[in-house]
Amino acid sequence: MSQHADLASNTAVNETISSLKKDSIVAEAWKRFKKNRLAMVGGMILCLLVLTAVFAPLISPYDPYSSVKNQTGMLNVMAPPSGEHWLGTDSLGRDILSRLIYGGRISLSVALVAVAISTGIGVLLGLLAGYYGKWVDAVIMRVTDIVICFPVLFLVISVSTMLTPSIYNVMIIIGLVSWTTMTRLVRGEVLRIREMEYVEAVRALGQNNLVIVFKHVLPNIMAPITVQATLQTAEAILTESALSFLGVGVQQPIPSWGNMLQDATSIMVLQFKPWIWAPPGIAILLTILSINLVGDGLRDALDPKTKN
Amino acid sequence: MHKENILEVKNLVKWFPVKKGLFSKTNSYLKAVDDVSFSIPRGEVLGLVGESGCGKSTTGRAILRLIEATQGEVLLEGQDLYRMGKTALKEKRKDMQIVFQDPYASLNPRLTIRSIIGEAIKLHQVVSEKERDAFMEELLYEVGLGKHFLNHFPHQFSGGQRQRIGIARALAVRPKLIVMDEAVSALDVSVQAQVLNLFQDLQQKYGLTYLFITHNLSVVKHISNRIAVMYLGQIVEISEKEEFFRNPQHPYSRALISAIPSSSPEIKRERILLKGDLTSPVDPPQGCRFYSRCPEAQAICKEVQPPHKEVGNQHLVACHLR
Repeated sequence: MSQHADLASNTAVNETISSLKKDSIVAEAWKRFKKNRLAMVGGMILCLLVLTAVFAPLISPYDPYSSVKNQTGMLNVMAPPSGEHWLGTDSLGRDILSRLIYGGRISLSVALVAVAISTGIGVLLGLLAGYYGKWVDAVIMRVTDIVICFPVLFLVISVSTMLTPSIYNVMIIIGLVSWTTMTRLVRGEVLRIREMEYVEAVRALGQNNLVIVFKHVLPNIMAPITVQATLQTAEAILTESALSFLGVGVQQPIPSWGNMLQDATSIMVLQFKPWIWAPPGIAILLTILSINLVGDGLRDALDPKTKN
Repeated sequence: MHKENILEVKNLVKWFPVKKGLFSKTNSYLKAVDDVSFSIPRGEVLGLVGESGCGKSTTGRAILRLIEATQGEVLLEGQDLYRMGKTALKEKRKDMQIVFQDPYASLNPRLTIRSIIGEAIKLHQVVSEKERDAFMEELLYEVGLGKHFLNHFPHQFSGGQRQRIGIARALAVRPKLIVMDEAVSALDVSVQAQVLNLFQDLQQKYGLTYLFITHNLSVVKHISNRIAVMYLGQIVEISEKEEFFRNPQHPYSRALISAIPSSSPEIKRERILLKGDLTSPVDPPQGCRFYSRCPEAQAICKEVQPPHKEVGNQHLVACHLR
């Protein structure tokens, strides 16, 4: 009897609860993200950058690879911004705006692939270390410690000079050295989730470990993984720019924001021709700033503890 | 009347190594469960009581092999779970289930109730795929929830409802033994009573056997047939419920019973107050574990561990003074 009364009241209560909380976790996070103005601005800038990268061939006014000649038939080298070339031309007479747009394409895709690689490795190792523990954990974490000790930039420089420097090598190398933070993060989260009673409950059912890890553990740590991957993207763009700037990353004539800055190594250019180095510099700055803003916004939006 | 034992636990031991520093060897152990033996007849409820940290939950988990015991045997229907291969154990798991304490941590927040309960049914092929939905609806009805809840997520439920889902998940594989690990402790008192009654109804309906772990003697008094009292990793007294409350033998049991709040201010009971704190289970004393807090302690208690003595019909107590 009491059970049925209970059932009736449960139903009533639950109807109100479900009308209040109908949204999924994603929708709720988006609601919180929208309230964060800085993150929204970052998101919009990022969207803009991604769109220009995707539609580069439609937007860019000139071919980024070919030099432009002026009326006298000479190469139009280092021309200041004008109506014809909004951001001027570089030392080989190529249109800077076009190269900037194509360079964004390269820089963003290098970063995305690199982050995909590092997230893949990092999440996998973190899951293994956290869930299986014992010697698996010990080995993985010691390897991680060793990789953390590598001076990344020097390692990347020497490796990419040993291999032929190319855009693909840059992707792989950045991916292979930047998974450590993700591994540590994921391991920690898995250690937390592994002890949750719902994981014990499926273990009590005799579910196999692979299913437990991918169905019960991984979905519950997606929030910190997403945030970390976002922030890592900014870092990958920065590393790619540094490498390309030093001439061991993306090679000329393929434009990337990093190798566009190469011209800025001359004092002459630095002092008198800011249109050559300012656009890629600002592009890098804006991208990284907006990615970090989005990352911070995501962190706040996905963490239910910051709910107010 | 003698019933067969569905569960027999023999000399169960779980020691956790205590490590200090990175390279040092393990030099001490946390003896969470130290030589625990008991059995539960089919269809009965054994209440396992004791204060926090005495090893109740560790015992429950070691019985289900959710953690590996250091030593000992756990016989479920005569078969030792610790001498079983992986496949045999997995098969056996559908006979024994667990319901947890924290209703907020025991359901995966990313899954609907349908997939939470469905996983259990699928894994052990309890019913065919066609009948699965009907079976799940029946299960929910069984625990007092409507079938439309199947598509809801755990955060849409209250604590009591979640606990009902927890029991539905456990029931889904038609188990014979359920370990109730503080299953009502996290609920407030009115809900506690409802859920407790539900547990009792289900137990009687399906002839289930419960190992009911709790720190609440009133709960145990309500639901159990037999009661075992644990102190610092050992069972100090085990007896039929009526006998236990009428005639507690161990000084610790007496102290526990005297601490049950009385329902009327008229009833005056002598309160036995224990001095000191629970002794650390890391390297416990060699004599009686209760020695440091026992109001009746003698010289012998410090030296020799008391054996279990039979003081009545199936009433065992570990105390030198009985």
